[in-house]
Amino acid sequence: MHNLEDLIACPECDAVYHVEEPRVGERAVCGRCHTVLIAPRKRAGKQIIALALAVVVLIVAATVFPFLSISAAGVGRRTSVLDAALAFSDSGLLVLLTLTVAALIIFFPVLRALLVIYVLAPVVVDRRPFPGAIRAFRVSEALRPWSMAEIFAIGCAVALVKVTDLAEVHFGPAFWMFSALVVLLMAQDGFMCRYSVWKSLEK
Amino acid sequence: MGLVACTRCSRVWEAGTQTCGRCGHHLESRDTHSLQRVWAWWIVGLMCYIPANLYPMLTTRMLVQTSEATIVEGAIELAHHGSYGIAFVVLFASVAIPVGKFGVIAVLALSVRQGSRISQLRRHQLYEVVEYIGRWSMIDVFVVAILSSLVQLGSLAAVTPGRASLFFALSVIFTMFSAQSFDSRMIWDSDTGETDPVETKDHKELTA
Repeated sequence: MHNLEDLIACPECDAVYHVEEPRVGERAVCGRCHTVLIAPRKRAGKQIIALALAVVVLIVAATVFPFLSISAAGVGRRTSVLDAALAFSDSGLLVLLTLTVAALIIFFPVLRALLVIYVLAPVVVDRRPFPGAIRAFRVSEALRPWSMAEIFAIGCAVALVKVTDLAEVHFGPAFWMFSALVVLLMAQDGFMCRYSVWKSLEK
Repeated sequence: MGLVACTRCSRVWEAGTQTCGRCGHHLESRDTHSLQRVWAWWIVGLMCYIPANLYPMLTTRMLVQTSEATIVEGAIELAHHGSYGIAFVVLFASVAIPVGKFGVIAVLALSVRQGSRISQLRRHQLYEVVEYIGRWSMIDVFVVAILSSLVQLGSLAAVTPGRASLFFALSVIFTMFSAQSFDSRMIWDSDTGETDPVETKDHKELTA
């Protein structure tokens, strides 16, 4: 019997392989379904922590500062991301939707970034993982499809076009923060090698 | 081979192990209730998708004129204003993606039982596309949220969200659950290329 620690099973199609750690910059890909299994990167841990910190700062700032402002015939209105999340709160039935939207664009992305920092911070300085790190990383992974800040940013572009023939639109500081956020979130997902994280938590 | 694999952290354990010692995930060789859950979420998602298209998504009031628009009407209106690109994005995200998603999940779930002429790799790719792209349907809900918080210009103009926005959001969430419930390993269970896939799999080396 092989040593089970030296085996890896593709999480998508269940093909089993012997682990041959790829060198930094290389990727191990499942030969059957082409899922990326291992993709280590140099200093990935620090990069991911830096990105996660930036994400938290940006989301908090983007939530508080005005985001877009419009004016038409002397009447003006500015809105923040928080206002957008709370847009549905006036109409009774839609309160549920308010909570959902607030969670998807503010709460989940922030929580996920914080969890990632909590999990990776001890690992990059070669300390023992914090207690509960495994559970934290599980939650963070479960939240991955549900943090939708980048989708919200694209939604802004669509909303802008709809508004332009109604009123004049101005970009607030938060708008640019959210634009930067989209790029960061995508980079964060690209850098993270889940196999390496799980392995480092096991030790 | 007598092994069971963790779908979350890809660690391999002896068959019969209940929980993964590395990440604590519940271990199961195949998720036996997967198809039931896929279909349950699928049906609920479809039930929400119908009112999402019939009720108005947005109510726009300009001065005294009030107009309501469903998802498709909103896109058509955008196209009338000459924003074909954005109209396409809206139609793609809120019509093409959800409808395509219902179709693909149904095909995948049916093919597990009945087999399919589509190759396993192709079906697997379809599954990954559905999982990746499904969340982008939320874009229309966010547009409604932004518009109705931004366009509140007193008597001049006001936008309020319509009932469809709730149904649409629910439909997107339910279909995401449906896609997540699908155990993609089932696509490969009918792998007939090898006489004993378990044995030969064991000796494959990792391609770097």
